Amino acid sequence: MKEEILNLKAMETQNFRQFDLKKKFRVGESVIQTLLFLAGILSIIITLAIVYELGKEALLFFNDPDVTLLKFIGGTKWQPGIGQYGIWALVSATLVTSFIAILISVPLGLAAAVYLSEYATLRARSTLKPILEILAGIPTVVYGYFALLFVTPILKGIFGDNIQVYNMLSAGLVMGIMILPLISSMSEDALSAVPRSLREAAYAMGATKVETSLQIVLSAALSGIGAAVIVGVSRAVGETMIVAVAAGSGPNFSFNPLEAAETMTGHIARISGGDLSYNSIDYTSLFAIALMLFLVTLVLNLISQWVVNRFREQYE
Amino acid sequence: MNHQANYPEGDAFYSELRTRYRSAAIWQFVFLSALLIAIISLTALIYNVVDGAFGFIAYEYKKAPTEFTATPVAELTKDELLVILKDNLSKGAYNKLDKEQPMGERSQSDLLSLFLERLVRIDTKGTWSMTDSLMRGAEIRAEVAKKYPDAILEFRSWVTPQFLVTPMSSRAEFAGVRTAILGSLWLVGIAIAFALPIGTGAAVYLQEYAPKNWLTNIIQTNINNLAGVPSIVYGMLGLAVFVRFMEPFTSGSMFGVTDSNGRTVLSAGLTMGILALPLIIINAQEAIKAVPDSLRQAAFGVGATRWQTVWHHVLPNALPGIMTGSILALSRALGETAPLIVVGASTFISLDPDSPFSKFTALPIQIYQWTTRAQSEFHAIAAGAILILLALLLTLNATAILLRNRFQRRW
Repeated sequence: MKEEILNLKAMETQNFRQFDLKKKFRVGESVIQTLLFLAGILSIIITLAIVYELGKEALLFFNDPDVTLLKFIGGTKWQPGIGQYGIWALVSATLVTSFIAILISVPLGLAAAVYLSEYATLRARSTLKPILEILAGIPTVVYGYFALLFVTPILKGIFGDNIQVYNMLSAGLVMGIMILPLISSMSEDALSAVPRSLREAAYAMGATKVETSLQIVLSAALSGIGAAVIVGVSRAVGETMIVAVAAGSGPNFSFNPLEAAETMTGHIARISGGDLSYNSIDYTSLFAIALMLFLVTLVLNLISQWVVNRFREQYE
Repeated sequence: MNHQANYPEGDAFYSELRTRYRSAAIWQFVFLSALLIAIISLTALIYNVVDGAFGFIAYEYKKAPTEFTATPVAELTKDELLVILKDNLSKGAYNKLDKEQPMGERSQSDLLSLFLERLVRIDTKGTWSMTDSLMRGAEIRAEVAKKYPDAILEFRSWVTPQFLVTPMSSRAEFAGVRTAILGSLWLVGIAIAFALPIGTGAAVYLQEYAPKNWLTNIIQTNINNLAGVPSIVYGMLGLAVFVRFMEPFTSGSMFGVTDSNGRTVLSAGLTMGILALPLIIINAQEAIKAVPDSLRQAAFGVGATRWQTVWHHVLPNALPGIMTGSILALSRALGETAPLIVVGASTFISLDPDSPFSKFTALPIQIYQWTTRAQSEFHAIAAGAILILLALLLTLNATAILLRNRFQRRW
């Protein structure tokens, strides 16, 4: 018996190759894996490069003996040529245009999302949804053309001489239309993630469709909708071409939407479009503004992701 | 047990129900009207562009065509035009034109516009939108006849085949988008060459290789955040890194190109690539995620290495999705304007870009510049350029959708 087993073992070693199941080191595989890893890590390098480059030039700006942080965040006049560095002159316009845009896009986007997710039949959805997608795909410079040559003349007809040719209202309104698809598609995702059972429970209690949609589904999806609004704000703050074309070119500390004013993004676009010499205060000041923009949008995006993760209702 | 006392009964119940139904109907109308507003906006936008791209133009000749020839302008043949141009243009100007494209090879319409631009010299008195031209035609005619007795009024389409192939000009009447279209194509080409391999690589790494740890988490969050960074910030990055820091490379002085600075099509293309990268990665990840695990396990089961699995099984199946996502990301980049302004697109350039180290302009840049001009004829060519840009985008997106429908596999 024992011999038989030994025999069998001998046969095994004769007839079968011994497998080494340990992972082999392969040069090609590791090279490829390293390359792929580098491609993955590039995104971090890009972020670091943005922070480093913007930070470096912004530091040069703040190191200028003329510039003090107090002047920068306290002043309301922006004219680097004559030593005035009040960022509020640009921030005010960004706030006004973004506020108008949000005022337009959030209610409209939300209503559109509720209709698409709760009311629309499959067929209606398949015709309505592409319209929003087309709106989302139109380049912003085209929206700028639309704002300046269509919306502004209409506003001119309404407000007469009270409104300037370049004005924040027109830019804000059109920006709202531009952001609408973003808000509606993000909110719709949030609404459709709410499980059917919640709706059915509401119907069983005798709620109408509107009561179900507004009181049950909407509140269950609130975190997703909040995230959509925050992302919308960040888009509005970073939007450049609409304001560059339609809002005016010249810093103006004003909260009157009928006036012309220049946003942070519009200012960067106008100044960098001209002849710009490196190491001038004009050049470095742009980086200080861009750094602010980057930080604001970054924080907004992080908050939006945090809101989604933190407040997401977990359904099975 | 007095709970029910709080709830209406009988008639009160029905009347409350009616109110609830009424408010339901009102709300439903409110929801729907949001979509109606979106539709109206889109219609208004498209109408606005089309309206601007066609319409009456009133112009005068600075010199009468009869000073050059007895034949009416409309009946001039190619040979006649050649003679007129040769006789009346200065030798330098003629030779320069001949160098750009031999005069003999040019088409009749090309020569005619040269004749009108260089010799007769058009002076535009006004332009009108399509609606105005169609609705108030007679009124406009009367007005023009009164104000400019010598002026010629004609209905003009600002988008013509001619418009597509003519280079930039300082006169709106003779300007075209050839330089801009070629610039845009160069940009997109460079952006693809840069971002597609790297983006796909990053997506493969994240989906197939990356261990579940803090680093992977950071990379993933970071990519999502990069997708939300305003495009003008990418422009500033491009300005600092590609235009300035890497100037010897991007200006081509490393390769012996002398007459340029860092504001080249290469710098702008790379900036566009970086801008499109996060979107490409996210879309490619979705496509790779959709490939079922059973495929990978089957490949591993027969002894394939990880890369063999990825290369022979995962990527081929994810390819349509990756292509679709990349096309969508690039059509985004095609419409981007702000980063190009920052990186330094040329304001006026009539030479075709012919190498990565050329100066450049792009379609959205032209639209921006023409829109911000005061004269209405520039608004008209801006509208024309917008129509071309939208047509390009539509083609790209249609291709993406076709690709998806044709090759998408359901598992």
